[in-house]
Amino acid sequence: MDKDLFVYGHTACAGCGQSLASRLVLEAAGKNTIVVNNTGCLEVFSTGYPESCWGVPFIHSLFENAAAVASGIESALKYLGKKDKINVLAQGGDGGTADIGLQALSGMLERGHDVLYICYDNEAYMNTGIQRSGLTPLDTNTTTSPIGEKSLGNPRPKKPLLEIVNAHGIAYAATASVGYPQDVQRKVKKALSLLGPKFLHLHVPCPLGWRHEPRQTILVARLAVETGLFPLVEYENGVLMGVRKIKPKPVEEYLKLQARFRHILNKPEELKRIQEGADFNIQRYNLKLEEAENREV
Amino acid sequence: MKKFLEGSRAVAEAIRLCKPGVISAYPITPQTHIVEELAQMVANGELKAEFVNVESEHSAASCVLGASATGVRSYTASSSQGILLMGEVLFNIAGMRLPVILTCANRAVSAPINIWNDQQDSVSMRDTGWIQLYVENNQEAVDFHFIAYRLAEDKSILLPVMVCMDGFILTHGIESVDIPEGEKVDKFLPAYQLPYKLDVENPLTLGPLVGPDYYMETRYAIQQTMKDALGVLPKLAKEFKEIFGRDYQDLLVEEYQVKGAKKVIVAMGSVCGTIKEVVDQMRAKGKKIGLLKIMCFRPFPYERVYQALKDVPKVAVLDKALSLGAQAPLAEEIKVACWGKKKAPKIISSFVAGLGGRDITAESIKEIYRRLNQKEVSLDFIDLKPELLKEKYG
Repeated sequence: MDKDLFVYGHTACAGCGQSLASRLVLEAAGKNTIVVNNTGCLEVFSTGYPESCWGVPFIHSLFENAAAVASGIESALKYLGKKDKINVLAQGGDGGTADIGLQALSGMLERGHDVLYICYDNEAYMNTGIQRSGLTPLDTNTTTSPIGEKSLGNPRPKKPLLEIVNAHGIAYAATASVGYPQDVQRKVKKALSLLGPKFLHLHVPCPLGWRHEPRQTILVARLAVETGLFPLVEYENGVLMGVRKIKPKPVEEYLKLQARFRHILNKPEELKRIQEGADFNIQRYNLKLEEAENREV
Repeated sequence: MKKFLEGSRAVAEAIRLCKPGVISAYPITPQTHIVEELAQMVANGELKAEFVNVESEHSAASCVLGASATGVRSYTASSSQGILLMGEVLFNIAGMRLPVILTCANRAVSAPINIWNDQQDSVSMRDTGWIQLYVENNQEAVDFHFIAYRLAEDKSILLPVMVCMDGFILTHGIESVDIPEGEKVDKFLPAYQLPYKLDVENPLTLGPLVGPDYYMETRYAIQQTMKDALGVLPKLAKEFKEIFGRDYQDLLVEEYQVKGAKKVIVAMGSVCGTIKEVVDQMRAKGKKIGLLKIMCFRPFPYERVYQALKDVPKVAVLDKALSLGAQAPLAEEIKVACWGKKKAPKIISSFVAGLGGRDITAESIKEIYRRLNQKEVSLDFIDLKPELLKEKYG
């Protein structure tokens, strides 16, 4: 495993899930990797000139175009005859990927570029100060979906990003969580072993925006998975290859650690709606661990 | 070799000779023929390049940004709305000092939607940090692409260059053009070498976050380089003439019967051909008139323009674009070039013509010369139809 490709000294907040996740990703990808980053927290906290955390070639262009820039880099590497030796990693946050960058991402996937795209999902525009995105969950209190007399926060559930991506018929599409570092690295390596477009939807808690204790990042990340709210699934060529089985915990256990959901903790109707979302995932992906499988956890 | 070609085909032939490794574009009229030709050349194996069919002009510009940063010569083309959609990326390419080349097949912008020619698209991008060259005819369209790559990739420049050619008038016009031998182009245009690039052996961080302590110097540097480009272009013109035999004066402006002229029109693009025709006709009748053709609009050659115009009593500037609510863009530059000088034209009148593809005829040009007999015009439209302006809402 290559160490020191993404080094310490950056300016991310304490407990930042994305900074930890990006180090895990890059270690797994190795030094023969070119990173293309959308605008967002990661680019901001890791490249403040004249310093940089990146021990690999790194390029940031704009908010929405990492997938298109990566397409150009991959094409240039093909032209130079170097593509088989070099990984191209495109990265963005949830807003840069699922909202403003979705068109460029779709184009990159559809054209079949040999690029791994990683969406670091912290469920809102955190870099600009916690505004809701298409990947913000139901009932989340953000600065642009605030709670009030007539509002319980974000009125809609998360956009089904993995399904949208998977519908392109790509080589590999999976979800992962920074709460499971080895799983993250296994999936990055798996993805990079395949030719063509690959996608990893990586769930990364944001203590600032989710308003949980910075020391609880891993705990919160795991609870998102263990409640069924963020299922860990893996597709190859559109076929579901595996899921992380869970012993489902009630969604309150996840929600109560985060002040962004505090306003619904005493609202049974809302808790029921969110639980229904988790139950839907559990049923759909058959996430529930059977008694006989118990020891695999 | 002389060939009878559509302008778009001629440009595609020129690009083929420049050997870009990555081409990316999105369809838009009237640019599309250029990239269709290039796609066919790639499909036929006549051009070894990756042709990337992107899903928008924003991605086309982003794609060539990435390819250029990886150390591969890149090319894109667009028009009108496509140029506007690229706008964000155009600033970015220039700020990252990437020598990308773009052909702008000039077209009006919406609304109302209009596919015909004027120069509002590229003129609106004049502050992006791209060098902008405007061509009069298809031979210039061919030659200026060789010059564009050479200038962009010059170690002292490293800025993108936009070659602007009037949509339909040139892109779809068929003319006899000389397509030079590849060896000549190779001699003029060395292989692409970028001093900074994405290289796993020498990892660099490109496009970092730059705060108040450093940002202004990056902009200052581009401003200085733009001035430097004014010095490089005349040298390239000389070298170009030696290799290809065609004389583009200093590649900044072309003086056509300006010496001793009493009235001069300043213009850029294909309309200069029409103006030359009128100049020839009227010179034959003893009228002392001329044309100052602007070839390089960014950087703007203020001093060179002043030197050309300082002895001309009456100047008319013809714009095919507007800066709505302000002076016309080219006229503004000409006025600035002559501003505060003791010796300067007595009249600098500004005219806008040809918007949205309205023909600029020889009669339109004669009208502009005639208007120079009157007092200075701050900005007026030529060939406007007053009868269409009568309708009013409630």
